[in-house]
Amino acid sequence: MRNLAVASILVVLSGTFVYMTAGHDITFGRPVNTQMDDYFLARGQEQTGANNVVTAVVFDFRGFDTLGEATVLFVVVLGIGMLFRKLMAREEEESE
Amino acid sequence: MSKIVRAAADFLYPFVMIFGFYIVLHGHLTPGGGFQGGAVIATGIALMFAAHRYREISLIFKKAIFNVCETFGLLMFITFGFAGIFFGKSFLYNWMVNIPGMLFGEAVAYGQNAGNLNTGGIIPLLNIAVGVEVLGALSLIIYYMLTYVVKMGVNKEDAS
Repeated sequence: MRNLAVASILVVLSGTFVYMTAGHDITFGRPVNTQMDDYFLARGQEQTGANNVVTAVVFDFRGFDTLGEATVLFVVVLGIGMLFRKLMAREEEESE
Repeated sequence: MSKIVRAAADFLYPFVMIFGFYIVLHGHLTPGGGFQGGAVIATGIALMFAAHRYREISLIFKKAIFNVCETFGLLMFITFGFAGIFFGKSFLYNWMVNIPGMLFGEAVAYGQNAGNLNTGGIIPLLNIAVGVEVLGALSLIIYYMLTYVVKMGVNKEDAS
């Protein structure tokens, strides 16, 4: 019964998605509002001095996002270090 | 690992390193950047860890080096961000761009061009910071796991 409910919800959601993408509201690759893209392409080189527009967006227009990613990686390493130290300490206690 | 693997890894190691640093330093001109280049460099270090014995390689690649790399990279990124405030702009403002005579300060022409390494303002510096951080972080993950495997005696003949 529960599987049936989940399956019917999935069918309804995917059906709605296909219906909307079939030429009604969402168009892939041809966005309706392109002001942001046009701005980056027109002013990116002049304002950031970088030929690579992707890098211009990632490191300049959205540098704060990159700072968050770097912090996430730092915290990941911190967690792994704590985990393995804990594991090693526990197994040394058990072996003694 | 066997002598063939060790010799091949020793041969490939400088090329992997050069390619990684090239990706980091040319991040504002070609596809790639700090994250990708740092991952390539960490792959080279992982190759050395995989090919050599733990007690030999842990004398060359020390944990403190990777720790310093990781911390220094993140601190460098934040420092360049706060330098924008120091020069009267906002956090992470590109305060070095389009100032002739400044490092990475030359202006770039609009449209397709061959690219000039001496452009981009703080973007190349942030790329280097992120590259140093990623190489330290990924190597440190490998180092922790390998140390655990060696210390706990899992497959002691293979790892040590």
